Amino acid sequence: MRVDVEGVTVELAGSRIVEDITVRADAGQVVGVVGPNGSGKSTLLRCVYRALRPTAGTVRLDGDDLHAMDARAAARRLAALPQESAAEFDFTAAEVVAMGRLPHHRGGPFAGRPSGDAALCADALDRVGAGHLAGRGFRSLSGGEKQRVLIARALAQQPRVLVLDEPTNHLDISHQLDVLSLVRDSGLTVLAALHDLNLAASHCDLLYVLDGGRVAAAGPPHDVLRPRLLAEVFGVRAHRVTHPVTGAVQLLFDRIDPTELPDQEPACP
Amino acid sequence: MPAISTAPAPAAAGPPALRRLPVPASAAVCAVLLLGSLVCGVGLGSAGVSWGETLHFLTAGLTGGTIRSDEVAAYTIVWEIRLPRAVLAAVVGAGLASVGVAVQAMVRNALADPFVLGVSSGAAVGANAVLLLGAFAALGVWALSVSAFVSALAAMVLVYLAARTAYGLTPLRLVLSGTALSYGFSALTTLMVFRAERGEAARSAMMWLLGSLGGATWGSVPLAAVTVLAGTVYLGTRAGQLNALAMGDETAAALGVRAGRLRTELFVVTAAVTAAVVAVSGAIGFVGLMVPHVVRMLVGADHRRVLVLAPLAGAVLLVWADIVSRLLLAPAEIPVGVVTAVLGVPCFLLLMRRGGYAFGGGR
Repeated sequence: MRVDVEGVTVELAGSRIVEDITVRADAGQVVGVVGPNGSGKSTLLRCVYRALRPTAGTVRLDGDDLHAMDARAAARRLAALPQESAAEFDFTAAEVVAMGRLPHHRGGPFAGRPSGDAALCADALDRVGAGHLAGRGFRSLSGGEKQRVLIARALAQQPRVLVLDEPTNHLDISHQLDVLSLVRDSGLTVLAALHDLNLAASHCDLLYVLDGGRVAAAGPPHDVLRPRLLAEVFGVRAHRVTHPVTGAVQLLFDRIDPTELPDQEPACP
Repeated sequence: MPAISTAPAPAAAGPPALRRLPVPASAAVCAVLLLGSLVCGVGLGSAGVSWGETLHFLTAGLTGGTIRSDEVAAYTIVWEIRLPRAVLAAVVGAGLASVGVAVQAMVRNALADPFVLGVSSGAAVGANAVLLLGAFAALGVWALSVSAFVSALAAMVLVYLAARTAYGLTPLRLVLSGTALSYGFSALTTLMVFRAERGEAARSAMMWLLGSLGGATWGSVPLAAVTVLAGTVYLGTRAGQLNALAMGDETAAALGVRAGRLRTELFVVTAAVTAAVVAVSGAIGFVGLMVPHVVRMLVGADHRRVLVLAPLAGAVLLVWADIVSRLLLAPAEIPVGVVTAVLGVPCFLLLMRRGGYAFGGGR
């Protein structure tokens, strides 16, 4: 399913957080949104998973206006992992995954789960390699386990599009790679905000670089992650290398001396 | 579905799976307990009426049977005093427990109870105006509950106006507005008690603040019962959405739940149920805070399970608390709120110490 973000602008309390952003993710593509803190990544994604209504512009799924849809109908097509994962109450992992079925139910009194839901949820947990966690308390899980369970919840939602807001935060490197390969292999259209440019470069088909609420650059990682742009947007000096195994472009960083003006294109291999 | 890459994480020797009681069985047990408790509530009292007579009168009352003329006094005690009181205790307990569950999810705070929204302190202002200042005398026997109900609704409107934002109601603002306004209402009540000259009036004001079912008549049952029943059924239809809401507003949005609108709905329903309950029984503490936790310890946090069991458990608890409040120092009564605390706190601490349950601040 194709996602089109068209000219989205968000104003909160009088200040413009994102301005006229256009993003396109074709069916099955993994599209990364990168940018420094406060560049508007989360705000943009919140418009896509409907936590926020854009001040101007539209978000379309295969051409249909997402914000004109019924909330449950939208949630049947698009699932999300927001940054928050603080459950106040002690749900089990299986109960968290079962929440993914919510948009598929009509809420009758004390609505049980239609037959098949339990199997579907168990299968979703198995797909992320977390079947053994089903009966455990969600709050007692490690960061990596929690993220797997939340991805299983998203899969149980049976969506066509998956939106992730910094899914690798607070995870160790092996769990970061696990989470992103799970997401990549899901076959869904994916829109993910990522902090780590090297993870973004190696896991995304397309990258959008946000800076001050606007798109500063867009395209395949190889074309977008240029030292000059990174100096302008992130204020760091970047050196490009090629990953010896995957062939993806990777970056090495050091500081730019504050007295040095970033007007010269740094050396580029 | 094909399995997606990545080796399964090694089966770590973490905490064991959480154990949960099956809901239908627990609900059936609770329902039987509730019926038994109601019979006990009617049979036990300072005026001696034997169990045989109690059952005879209950059967006669329910089936329209006849009683002898010398039994009228005892029949009146059973049918006009004890039965409405036991039924009202069950209704109030069920309402407080259901609302407690909903409010905790709504403000995403394990310490919340039905009174955190300021509704009960608002009701206390109205009730004490009647008890101490003789307001609404024209309403006669209805003055107390009508005035309590109306001032509870007024408090609800004030809290709503103070808490609302452009994005709907948010948990923190709700708790803060409710707490702040509660202090204001309590100050008004305290001022009235302080200024009251009649000692007996101040005593009944105190009784009301701590909660009592002493004023129960058949007249006070219908409104409370209908409101509690409707509220409980409504909350049942929102059980799945409450799960999503407990995970956070962003997650709720991603699951197709409009958190702001749901919270407004919940606020109105829980405030109305609280108002109806408080109007007939005063502010009975503990039930709305502890019963939700006790039930979660037994059946887990899923609201589709909790909301089935919590009203039954709350009803049983309050029927027994009322029995104890009548018998402990008979013929004098102690406030039922004191009993709920004395009964509940040890049992709660015991369950908490047993482990396997996190309240909301980690283990």
